[in-house]
Amino acid sequence: MRGQSRSGLSAWRAAAIGAAFGGAFVRAIGAFAAGPDIVPRVTGAAQPMQDVPAPSPARPITDDVRKMRNYPEQPPVIPHAIEGYQLTLHANRCLECHRRQFTEGSGAPMISVTHFMDRNGQVLADVTPRRYFCTACHVQQTDAKPLVPNHFEDMLAVGKSRR
Amino acid sequence: MHISSAVISVLPAKRTGVVAELSAMSGIEVHHQNESKIIIVIEARDTGVIGGRLAEIAGIEGVLSANMVTEHGGVPRKTRLASALSRRDLLKAQAAAVAAAATGIALPAAAQPVAGGIGTLEIRWSKAPCRFCGTGCGVMVGVKEGKVVATHGDALAEVNRGLNCIKGYFLSKIMYGADRLTTPLLRKKNGVFDKTGEFTPVSWDEAFDVMAARAKQVLKEKGPTALGMFGSGQWTIWEGYAATKLMRAGFRSNNLDPNARHCMASAAYAFMRTFGMDEPMGCYDDFEAADAFMLWGANMAEMHPILWTRLTDRRLSHPHVRVAVLSTFTNRSSDLADIPIVFKPGTDLAILNYIANHIITTGRVNKDFVGKHTGFVKGMVDIGYGLRPDHPLEAKAKGVLRAAAMQPSDFESFAAFVKEYTLDKVSALSGVERGFLRDLAELYADPKRKVMSLWTMGFNQHVRGVWANQLMYNLHLLTGKISEPGNSPFSLTGQPSACGTAREVGTFAHRLPADMTVTNAEHRKHAEDTWRVPHGIIPEKPGYHAVEQDRMLRDGKLNFYWIQVNNNLQAAPNNTRETYPGYRNPENFIVVSDAYPTVTALAADLILPAAMWVEKEGAYGNSERRTHFWRQLVMAPGEARSDLWQLMEFSKRFTTDEVWPAEVLAANPNYRDKTLFDVLFKNGNVDRFPLSELPAGYENQESKAFGFYVQKGLFEEYASFGRGHGHDLAPFDVYHENRGLRWPVVNGKETRWRYREGHDPYVKPGKGVEFYGQPDRKAKIIAVPYEPPAESPDKEYDIWLVTGRVLEHWHSGSMTMRVPELYKAFPGACCFMHAEDARARGINQGAEVRVISRRGELRTRVETRGRNRMPRGVVFVPWFDASQLINKTTLDATDPISKQTDFKKCAVKVVPV
Repeated sequence: MRGQSRSGLSAWRAAAIGAAFGGAFVRAIGAFAAGPDIVPRVTGAAQPMQDVPAPSPARPITDDVRKMRNYPEQPPVIPHAIEGYQLTLHANRCLECHRRQFTEGSGAPMISVTHFMDRNGQVLADVTPRRYFCTACHVQQTDAKPLVPNHFEDMLAVGKSRR
Repeated sequence: MHISSAVISVLPAKRTGVVAELSAMSGIEVHHQNESKIIIVIEARDTGVIGGRLAEIAGIEGVLSANMVTEHGGVPRKTRLASALSRRDLLKAQAAAVAAAATGIALPAAAQPVAGGIGTLEIRWSKAPCRFCGTGCGVMVGVKEGKVVATHGDALAEVNRGLNCIKGYFLSKIMYGADRLTTPLLRKKNGVFDKTGEFTPVSWDEAFDVMAARAKQVLKEKGPTALGMFGSGQWTIWEGYAATKLMRAGFRSNNLDPNARHCMASAAYAFMRTFGMDEPMGCYDDFEAADAFMLWGANMAEMHPILWTRLTDRRLSHPHVRVAVLSTFTNRSSDLADIPIVFKPGTDLAILNYIANHIITTGRVNKDFVGKHTGFVKGMVDIGYGLRPDHPLEAKAKGVLRAAAMQPSDFESFAAFVKEYTLDKVSALSGVERGFLRDLAELYADPKRKVMSLWTMGFNQHVRGVWANQLMYNLHLLTGKISEPGNSPFSLTGQPSACGTAREVGTFAHRLPADMTVTNAEHRKHAEDTWRVPHGIIPEKPGYHAVEQDRMLRDGKLNFYWIQVNNNLQAAPNNTRETYPGYRNPENFIVVSDAYPTVTALAADLILPAAMWVEKEGAYGNSERRTHFWRQLVMAPGEARSDLWQLMEFSKRFTTDEVWPAEVLAANPNYRDKTLFDVLFKNGNVDRFPLSELPAGYENQESKAFGFYVQKGLFEEYASFGRGHGHDLAPFDVYHENRGLRWPVVNGKETRWRYREGHDPYVKPGKGVEFYGQPDRKAKIIAVPYEPPAESPDKEYDIWLVTGRVLEHWHSGSMTMRVPELYKAFPGACCFMHAEDARARGINQGAEVRVISRRGELRTRVETRGRNRMPRGVVFVPWFDASQLINKTTLDATDPISKQTDFKKCAVKVVPV
């Protein structure tokens, strides 16, 4: 069973992770005095076409802590390990926990009500086949630090910094 | 960090002084107050520090007491960004509100549960197509205070009915990468342009001055063929249309090609050769009607995820439905396959001919259909590999000069031709089990099964890509499984407007709008009449195609080059040798218009900051012939301007006398003393819709800049090319009201199945089926053989390299790599490899390796367990990562007919670092 801890510990862990990776966001993006900053994964090497050592593979985040969505319609990211999960014509490991009838035992969040609707918006008795492949929308996160900050603003905070 | 709220009781007379002192203390914020109480929030490292602060506060003159109300531990130290709504901000507001409530202090409006009333919660929603792939999903875009704050699948969009893939769900963030380009940047030294200088911010005026001066110099010294432009299947329809006018009728150069050349040129050529008209006859409605789906070199589960939901829906809901997936490695699409086939690179041609042979030898040819609606041809063979002419492979090939030639033939010759493609022979050649091949062939042959075939880059990026596409049509034509619901050979596209802009507008080096070509005198005349320019202005010789443009830049024959909406230095094959040298060739001036600093932009001489997606009014055409529109919803940052504005504004800097031949002007003196803007855009046609037609409530910067409804004028002029000729588009305003329509749109009605009576108004009554694109009204079945790839593994370069994409990133990653969630989901490229291949080379999972070809190398990490399960002898490296430029290793071999690069087959070796 993969319970979602509601204890203070869980919140603390979330915060600690936030603190540990927060540093990535304060990388200075200077005014373009002499052109854009070099961030090899999006701009290539400072010397164009040169080799860049490949960093160690990032590790998947598997702390089971739910992440706040950027907006209500965003598909939640997967906070647990999924390596080796069968997601095929014959088996769907995700649904073994997230299906309505299994959530009591698993403690996992139930798939959203939208996932019961067919192409015409009618609610079916179980997950609609069009939503069968979970990983088309739900992805894991790794501990990789974002390359450049993103100035997207939350719908509740938007404009406030300018007021 | 700890966050705590506290109530400070004060003497009313001293309150102002206490507030001032509190405000001056670090880590303390004053949130609310009344006569005698002040609510503060304290941030500190730990509880002890907070206690100390409170004691300190209690000692301030006029303070009666200082009591803690709430405390939260373990709060992130820093917010991601000042503007983001962080957990820390939320906790602080919450702590203050609790303290205020406990004390009976009335909260100010901003801190009310619904601050400022319902108006502040409202989001303005507008429709738009997704910015990414050729599927063309509809999305709803939510805007608040001038920023996009949310997106979701549009429930009213036929394509996706409310669904998006992971990329689509994060569209909200693609415009907000912190390194957006906001001003033109010119390489300068000592205050003037210098090819070896540093990028320096300049005004648009200075940027265009320098650019125009270089263009004029090149035109004067070398003529129009030294001027070129590389565009995109991500251009909006009117951007591509403005570009084709400016290049062909303005600068008189056909050196205009889109990055779609790398993407679906093979599909486009095969359509023209088989049906005489471009683009699919069927549509996405086929997904709900087919009984079998065949994927040929298309990993739809990752690259067309929403179409995959429709296919999955059909397969899982109807147990009789079968899915076959053919690929050179096992991928996520294989997970749904009843028939998962992994074949040796390039042998798909043989498998296709085997299936044709099986249909014939088992007597399942639809003779009535074949007799009435098809004709047989034989293609030129041994046609080379589109390499530089002095390459040994080109010198050796006998059919190079007539690669596209086709001779008339007949059914008997065709049957005899495919006879050698037996089950045994093809099984041995392709490495596919006989049982799988027979099951596959039976699905095509069985007259009771409706078959939808789907393909993308596996077929198109293929040295015999046009053949592969045509061999596919062979199967559907032999069985008559075409142009009706569920029977559908369907070519998917990779870019949002590969069809709409690259193909329909005609931004290829040889094309004009509505399937016309520059080599046809009638077509040129028609285009000149529509554009209201003198006859003889459009040059008749096709321009340089994508790969040839790179070669000509390197060779110094193409000297002024403008790149818009693409990242070709990352995308082009063999880029260290064939692309980069041309950009830095001192004779050349390279301009790149983009929203972000890409590999390509940083190799340019001038970077122009571009508005993107909903920062402009736009139109795209998706894979199923659907034209769909969107409004400008937000403003682009800084000085960034749309590609359309850039093209039109730049045209003002040239007069007809500078660019058109003297004899043409002598014969047409009324064109003298005019700018290219005057003759191309202010031509009495494009400028006929006034600003008063702009919709209320939406911005439209280009129209306001030029004084007329630019997008409408360009669209209506463009649409006149296709109306009445099988390419009919609806009136401009209609597309802003609906979720797109599939052309031809005749009498307000879209067409779902072309060439079929009852569905397509262009089919003459009584004909049933009519391939009216061909003069004889018959589609062509072609006899062409299996021919080997340009380069195969040998002793030294001992493994196949396949390149491609992953679900989370789109193309070169310039947008998706800047969305934190997408980046963190797939942070860097890697080399997918079979575990035994890795072991044999002494490489562990995750180890750093060099992938080396005869042309170049890069460093990456090996992945033996990921989503792509490689067979022995084949590795896969995606191309989205600018720090791992896989195209340093790829070969610039192209299909000799379509000139599209084969990014799926070259030989490399993989060695530990």
